[in-house]
Amino acid sequence: MSQTTETKETPYKPTSPNSKLDFASVWEYAPAPESSDHVEIKDQYQLFIDGKFVKPSKGRYFKSTNPATTEVITEFAEATQNDVDKAVKAARKAFKGEWSSLAPKTRGKYLYRIARMLQERSREFSVLESMDGGKPIRESRDVDVPLAAAHFFYYAGWADKLDYAFPGKTPEPLGVCGQIIPWNFPLLMLAWKIAPALACGNTVVLKPAETTSLTALKFAELVKDAGVPAGVINIVTGAGQTGAEIVNHKDIDKIAFTGSTGVGKLIQKSLAGTDKKFTLELGGKGALIVFEDAPIDQAVEGIINAIFFNQGHVCCAGSRLLVQEGVADLVTQKLKDRMETLIVGDPLDKNTDIGAINSSQQFETINSYLEIGVDEGADVYQSKCSIPENGYFIRPTLLANVAQSNRVVQEEIFGPVLTVQTFRTADEAIDKANNTPFGLAGGVWTDKGSKIFKVGAGLRSGVVWANTYNKFDPTSPFGGYKESGVGREGGLHGLSAYVKLK
Amino acid sequence: MSTTDFSVTTPIDHVAVEERVARLNKRSIKKDSKIQALKMALSMMDLTTLEGKDSEGKVIQLCQKAKLPYAPMPDLPTVAAVCVYPTMVRTAKDQVKGSGINVASVATAFPSGMAPLSVRIDDTKFAVDEGADEVDMVISRGAFLSGEYNQVFDEIAAIKEACGKAHLKVILETGELHTYENVRKASDLAMEAGGDFIKTSTGKISPAATQPVTLVMLEAIRDYYYKTGKMVGMKPAGGIRTAKQALQYLVLVKETLGAAWLNNEYFRFGASSLANDVLMQIVKQQTGQYQSADYFSVD
Repeated sequence: MSQTTETKETPYKPTSPNSKLDFASVWEYAPAPESSDHVEIKDQYQLFIDGKFVKPSKGRYFKSTNPATTEVITEFAEATQNDVDKAVKAARKAFKGEWSSLAPKTRGKYLYRIARMLQERSREFSVLESMDGGKPIRESRDVDVPLAAAHFFYYAGWADKLDYAFPGKTPEPLGVCGQIIPWNFPLLMLAWKIAPALACGNTVVLKPAETTSLTALKFAELVKDAGVPAGVINIVTGAGQTGAEIVNHKDIDKIAFTGSTGVGKLIQKSLAGTDKKFTLELGGKGALIVFEDAPIDQAVEGIINAIFFNQGHVCCAGSRLLVQEGVADLVTQKLKDRMETLIVGDPLDKNTDIGAINSSQQFETINSYLEIGVDEGADVYQSKCSIPENGYFIRPTLLANVAQSNRVVQEEIFGPVLTVQTFRTADEAIDKANNTPFGLAGGVWTDKGSKIFKVGAGLRSGVVWANTYNKFDPTSPFGGYKESGVGREGGLHGLSAYVKLK
Repeated sequence: MSTTDFSVTTPIDHVAVEERVARLNKRSIKKDSKIQALKMALSMMDLTTLEGKDSEGKVIQLCQKAKLPYAPMPDLPTVAAVCVYPTMVRTAKDQVKGSGINVASVATAFPSGMAPLSVRIDDTKFAVDEGADEVDMVISRGAFLSGEYNQVFDEIAAIKEACGKAHLKVILETGELHTYENVRKASDLAMEAGGDFIKTSTGKISPAATQPVTLVMLEAIRDYYYKTGKMVGMKPAGGIRTAKQALQYLVLVKETLGAAWLNNEYFRFGASSLANDVLMQIVKQQTGQYQSADYFSVD
């Protein structure tokens, strides 16, 4: 053998408990941080109402931190009743004014312009998204921002073709839409909400989540630069109370909410007896069903994407693994080895696979579920990767030896935590998968096409992915069964949530 | 020793394999880790000349390059081996004597393998007798695609026996196997029949080595290791021309099999023009500037 191989003398340190594979030593990747020099973050952000940035009427602001460092990066205005009212009035004025009577193709032109400008500023948006929310730059750069632009492109195309979307009917806009979005995909959820609403001729008042409002306000700057008429898009920041002001405002025609099932139920109660239309996209506890005839290595990859994408802060995350008994040990072993190769750390590092947990509150929630898991008798396995000392980080975690009745199996954890259960037959897998109040998404891995159709038809779930997971496209509708939501977003279905048909 | 029924196919999902490769290609290799990887790549190279017009003079020059890849940096690692035709083994062996560099010889009626088994065995024995440390054989792709798995298995076992102490690399010629499932099956077969390495390609068929094919083979090696505890080596060959590609392959190895495979005992690159691009990148990393290609010897 050749004389100079520095590598040979290195003692290997197996990282895996059940094999000698060593993914840590010999060759490590040097830090590769994405530069943040090119982005400008102001010390303070105002509300965006009627095409202008305005101070909040009560003059109150709240701080926003970078969850990877816990440092304060900026502060956002707190919108109160008066501000929400101003925003709704501006939206109403714009709706009655030029926006709803604008030639449909001109509306499309604005949406195309927004889409192109998002692409032009994609680097800035992705860096900000990672700094404000903790998600790895690989995801904000390759998923969040491109998909957000894709949604605007897609719905821009519909703006002057609505008659073809609803043959034989005359679609009319609803009016003013109140939209409340979550912290897990801030810009992308904004796009999901605003693009179809505008394409159909509505105007919007949108509230981003209080921990992740930065990209929404950058988006407001973009809207201004794009010359979108004043009042068509209004962005008000704040926490739950601000959201409640939107939900309860009398001059809003439609509420679109994405967030927790708990808040979704509150909203539905508030809306009872009003004529507001609503769509709710809520929590989930997706099942990943792996049959013994599945392509195992690719199934493991699918499981990794299903649960560890965006730190597990995904409403459609596949957080319950159901694996057929014959391959349970093999899949678990491979999963553990694969988890050892995940890099947890600085969200701005291009090699990071799992970034920071979005907020201290969520960090505590996940940790409390890990304790519940231990109390319930689960076998806890965490990868041995190093994690930064500061900031909110949680190692990728498996909870094995759990039962259907356990809280960690029943409740949404919204973190990088996967429960593992086994099954024997397809019917048993379907029963277990459906045995939850949720029904947002699920995945099936098998080499046999007929089994995909059988299981897919049996799952009471808005989305079922086959031999893959977490694939999104603007053309595809998304939404939940049962307590996972009401209505669909995306695709043709997403349009019908923003029109009345005559 | 084979108890595996090779008519049973291990399913491979090609979409997910290609996605996995795309994701691994996003690893950003910078600074120290880049220099380390470039040197590692150099030390893993099987510097190859396999042309009908090969002569002693050509092989001698290749061996000089193998021993001293870049004269201004004498401390760089040497390549792992030179890879030549059987008739050139003796010349190569004389040239690399004392350097620690191995001589690998293609054999078994390379590249087609279309000769009677007895001829292929004789070809192997000749190469070994001439001094080859490693033998790169080709499998019978025609027999494999006709479902004659036992025949292919027995042929590999026979060549392994003919190799004696020489290491056996089994070339699957994945460009002629067409599906990842065939690649997986041929990998399993080659490992169980006694191959010390599995290798993608002869370099004479397009496509030669690709990253998805290499990933499928690395995963086969991992499953074989899980099952038996034996470590089999991997050699992608053909079509790897740039340092960037080489680093991407190393990432595949690191994240599939881990550190124990990141050395030239278990991983090789079969390449003829890769060395100079790797050298150019090493010099760039150390000086901050790209040198003209004219500063790197063409051998």
